[in-house]
Amino acid sequence: MDTLTVLAQWFAQPLQFEFMRRALLVAVVAGVACAVLSCWLTLVGWSLMGDAVSHAVLPGVVLSYLFGLPFAVGALVFGSGSVALIGTVNRTSRVKEDAVIGVVFTAMFALGLVLVSRVPSQTDLSHILFGNVLGVSDTDILQILVLAAAVLAVAWYKHRDLTLYAFDPVHAHALGISPRLMETLLLGMLSVTVVVALQAVGIILVVAMVIIPGATAYLLTDRFERMLALAAAVAAAAAVAGVYASFHLNVSTGGSIVLAQASAFALAYLFSPRQGVLWRRRRPARTVR
Amino acid sequence: MTPAIEVTDATVRYGDVLALDGVSLTVPRGRVCGLLGTNGSGKSTLFKTVLGLVRTDRGRVHVLGRTSAAARRAGLIGYVPQSEQVDWAFPVRVHDVVMMGRYGRMGPRRRPRPDDRRAVEAALERTGLAELAERRIGALSGGQRKRAFVARALAQEADVLLLDEPFAGVDRRSEETIVDLLRSLPAEDTTLLVSTHDLAQVPRLCDDALLLQRRVLAHGTPAHVLRPEVLMEAFGVRTAPEAA
Repeated sequence: MDTLTVLAQWFAQPLQFEFMRRALLVAVVAGVACAVLSCWLTLVGWSLMGDAVSHAVLPGVVLSYLFGLPFAVGALVFGSGSVALIGTVNRTSRVKEDAVIGVVFTAMFALGLVLVSRVPSQTDLSHILFGNVLGVSDTDILQILVLAAAVLAVAWYKHRDLTLYAFDPVHAHALGISPRLMETLLLGMLSVTVVVALQAVGIILVVAMVIIPGATAYLLTDRFERMLALAAAVAAAAAVAGVYASFHLNVSTGGSIVLAQASAFALAYLFSPRQGVLWRRRRPARTVR
Repeated sequence: MTPAIEVTDATVRYGDVLALDGVSLTVPRGRVCGLLGTNGSGKSTLFKTVLGLVRTDRGRVHVLGRTSAAARRAGLIGYVPQSEQVDWAFPVRVHDVVMMGRYGRMGPRRRPRPDDRRAVEAALERTGLAELAERRIGALSGGQRKRAFVARALAQEADVLLLDEPFAGVDRRSEETIVDLLRSLPAEDTTLLVSTHDLAQVPRLCDDALLLQRRVLAHGTPAHVLRPEVLMEAFGVRTAPEAA
């Protein structure tokens, strides 16, 4: 058998299975939605907030289970609720923001763990924590597609305002564009995206999906529009690579996807045409950063 | 005629700290008013008060006869930020930054129309940045960066411009260029409020000056405000301080 046939088989074999086709769809859609959002999160400096929101949705997800509601409802309530809580405690106490974030998201996560231990079906916990992309149901897929489409539509409609807010919130304010509203919009999108990505990689690794693609693209371009496109491309490629690797090597799917993203970041970090460390060592940057 | 900026008896507290104590300020249309004072004198707070970014405990703010919020919605207020407040690694080009000045005039998606493109071209031309429009904002020199933000305010066609420390991080030659540029703005249309602790450019740039130390210490012509005995009260030194 020649190499080409082997390669073709390597690609075609997983596609025979319904669950693999679904997994690819979910991983790519979730990856792209997260990637688009990650561009603003990296630039605003909200990576820790991504971490916080992703963990804080756990009790919401468990309660949704209990009451037979869609994941997204509980996750949205607890995601935005914990962001509001972080903001309130931060404003009304002397404790610094990173500490407040640490307190709130671990408390929420702990609440989720306690709730899970009282919920009958124990098996679901590992699915929530580590994702279950190989076992998504029709309802899950529908929910993921609708939510991802909603996030991408809002991003497309408001991307210039979001970028203005990330770059110069005071100027946004001076133009009568409320920075507060933009912040709320971004956090709302983050909560929804976390729910989308939860199915693919699980709560623990969601934060990677909302940081790594944006951070990678940031190393590759000086134009924000290109950064969005590159981040989406990196995430889609990592999703495909991760799902295939997971099938052929029989390893965790969520883990593989995030490792693929991290590899992309490492490549950009080392070899990016302008920002790559390897080139910069040989040819020191002329402009002062 | 309604003044461009009218602050009446503004008092602002941050917790227990009194930042502004009954400050009143009137800037007639077409004038350039310099806002002088040390760090922590309340210059930034007064700026934020005019912009409506802080709530006053007492007092009123009017911009061209409107409340600050109404003036902002009408796109009357342009803002040139301090260098330290800008993320210079942000992936935006000079052209993108200047285009942001037009956002208040665009639809909800902020899609530029031919009008907007023309205004941006004209603003870049005015500020001598046409050649650098495709550069990343952080790749410019200190003086060019300032001019890019002035271009943004020009593209906005704002009637009142707030410039926060426009000479910080800028060399002497660029200072002159910026002063020339600001002085070339049509006096009947544009009012400037310039905060600075660099007193060297004040006589050339400003029609009026206001010396602030939580309250107004002096208000008048630059020559009046820059008298040694007045400065001594604000800066606590006998000679005019060096630029930071």
